[in-house]
Amino acid sequence: MNEMIKVGMADLNVCISPDALTTLGLGSCVGIILYDPIRKIAGMVHVMLPDSTKILNNENKAKFADTGIDALISKLTTIGAERRVLVAKIAGGAQMFAFSNNSDMMRIGDRNVEATKLKLMQLGISIKAEDTGNNYGRTIEFYPETGSLLIKSVGKDKKIL
Amino acid sequence: MSHLDLNQLDNMQFDVLREIGNIGAGNATTALSQMINSKIDMKVPKVDLLEFKELSDIVGGAENLVVGILFTLEGQIDGMMMFMMDIGASRHLVNSLVGTSYETATGEFSEMELSVLNEIGNIIAGAYLSSLSTLTNMLITSSVPYMAIDMAGAILSVPAIEFGKMGDKALLIETEFGDDNKAVNGYFILIPTIDSYGAILSSLGL
Repeated sequence: MNEMIKVGMADLNVCISPDALTTLGLGSCVGIILYDPIRKIAGMVHVMLPDSTKILNNENKAKFADTGIDALISKLTTIGAERRVLVAKIAGGAQMFAFSNNSDMMRIGDRNVEATKLKLMQLGISIKAEDTGNNYGRTIEFYPETGSLLIKSVGKDKKIL
Repeated sequence: MSHLDLNQLDNMQFDVLREIGNIGAGNATTALSQMINSKIDMKVPKVDLLEFKELSDIVGGAENLVVGILFTLEGQIDGMMMFMMDIGASRHLVNSLVGTSYETATGEFSEMELSVLNEIGNIIAGAYLSSLSTLTNMLITSSVPYMAIDMAGAILSVPAIEFGKMGDKALLIETEFGDDNKAVNGYFILIPTIDSYGAILSSLGL
């Protein structure tokens, strides 16, 4: 039975092939996929903000790039993934509205992507593929069986990374 | 300024916020109705405290194609105001204003039609905010309209992130409107920052 497991905003989940993971309508948030290509185990986290240390109310780990990635790794290892073979694919971080001023609030997509890359680099996890930035939303599906990431956007062809 | 915890709003505070939605959206709907010269009804506003996961369900699913027009608010109230319509409704609205017929005008919006949509957003948000400003006796100014046509989830991620800085839920004052044959329906969503909620409530004596 293969199941498509949904990951909501500020949420994370894991799956084992042939199941797959999806998140719908990613905007400025970033979808981070970590997977173990040998055991075909994958996890996805949908983070909204770059840095948990800047925010007082930071109990929900899946909301932040830094703590979200940590939480995802520990969940992956508990279901049998091997920490040192994990690789990443990331998508999202769009700037949905063309704001005229360049305040922090407006650049949130970029900042989410930067924080994600920094955290992955610190952990020594390599990014196999990414589709980030620009100004459109994305729906993503990840299949641990093949390690492929399907990206759908409005008015654009499907992409497979 | 009263301190506000989103999880501990009482019924009285909910009622006041709902009334704000009612007055603001009432004015905005009137403006819209005059613009297209047709009757538009408005539903009773809802004040919802939603988890982020549930957020995109309010507009018919995360992948639903919508037009979102966003304003940032400044002055004595900070935050955002969003006006959302599904793509069919926007098409209908533009057609009835510009006078293009349904048959000839399908598919993507032209440059001119996009600016018509922007202007619709501007007028509507202006009506909403000026009534809010009168009611609370506070100065509220809004930015120019920012428009995006995309999946509802992606568009809503922008205000959701603002709420994410404050907590794990979003408080929306949401009003649905529509005409008799359901051709024009959409949402007004007012998203003040947490401090501004306090400011609004205390300006009304709560």
